[in-house]
Amino acid sequence: MAETALTTPGESPARAAGWQGIAADWSSDQRAFKNVSWGKAMMWIFLLSDTFIFSCFLLSYMTARMSTTVPWPNPSEVFALSIGGKHIPLILIAIMTFILISSSGTMAMAVNFGYRRDRVKTAILMLVTAAFGATFVGMQAFEWTKLIMEGVRPWENPWGAAQFGSSFFMITGFHGTHVTIGVIFLIAIARKVWRGDFDVERRGFFTSRKGYYEIVEIMGLYWHFVDLVWVFIFAFFYLW
Amino acid sequence: MTNVAVIDGQQPSLQTHAHDAIAAGTAHAKGQQHPIKLYLVVWGWLFVLSTCSYLVDYFGLHGYLRWSLILLFMVLKAGLIVAVFMHMAWERLALAYAILLPPVLVLVFVAIMVFESEYTHLIRVLFFASPT
Repeated sequence: MAETALTTPGESPARAAGWQGIAADWSSDQRAFKNVSWGKAMMWIFLLSDTFIFSCFLLSYMTARMSTTVPWPNPSEVFALSIGGKHIPLILIAIMTFILISSSGTMAMAVNFGYRRDRVKTAILMLVTAAFGATFVGMQAFEWTKLIMEGVRPWENPWGAAQFGSSFFMITGFHGTHVTIGVIFLIAIARKVWRGDFDVERRGFFTSRKGYYEIVEIMGLYWHFVDLVWVFIFAFFYLW
Repeated sequence: MTNVAVIDGQQPSLQTHAHDAIAAGTAHAKGQQHPIKLYLVVWGWLFVLSTCSYLVDYFGLHGYLRWSLILLFMVLKAGLIVAVFMHMAWERLALAYAILLPPVLVLVFVAIMVFESEYTHLIRVLFFASPT
């Protein structure tokens, strides 16, 4: 496929800010996203579409919960754990939240070190992020196992409205899938960073195109999005 | 179109350089160098906000107080992640609005479904709920 050659006539003039900037960028008869590469713009647009998918899941959950006449199971008790003889509500979910937030923190720092071309620190931070992500998925698997053992099914559960199970498995299952894909994505990019692909501008195996440290940021966008979705799931499904 | 491809494939021309420079986002990379401290501070705030929203459940707050606090902490966390971790605060408005406005419009969908489920609930109560 032909790569579109974009002509940049020397130093580009200063771009307008504010609303005039939006109008100027969008009506410029060129590309709308001026200083953003296509890779990054397309990741944002993919994330936007993913936002709609998760919105639909949360909306269907809201509709099911609002329209049922059967009481909704209390998530505070459903997800409680007994640790050391003490009964702590929702503790597992709280720990999972902190783990995912920590992984977002290490990811943000990995992006930063990537742009500083610090190969080793970037790769290590990405692998730490992947480890946090894998831990999160592991705890989710534990949570699923526990609930299934207690008799939660997509069509019934011992505590109340039957839609609880279907909403739970659908929403957390889809989110867990995203985390799993993210972990694989992280390991793949971390390997490239570690090998120094972006320092020697080695060409990609599939694409035959040069890679740049920007891929760490694009990868980071995906990972932060996974964390972002969890913020909403945590609020609406577990806390509400 | 094919012409460009041939030039690209055979020798590193001026065009490939221009393309690579754009792909690398050379103009952009400068804007993304923030001190590590910024990320650590945001990380800390996310921990604080998560703890707060957990405490809402731990202390068993109920009703509008609970819901408004949950929404407040949720919006603050989401805002911090998008603005700082995802660098949206430093992007041009053309991108920020293109990405952030459509999800806000989902609220219209939410409003529609609230009406819909209120109606369904009413019908179920009127016709299906067992008389007590």
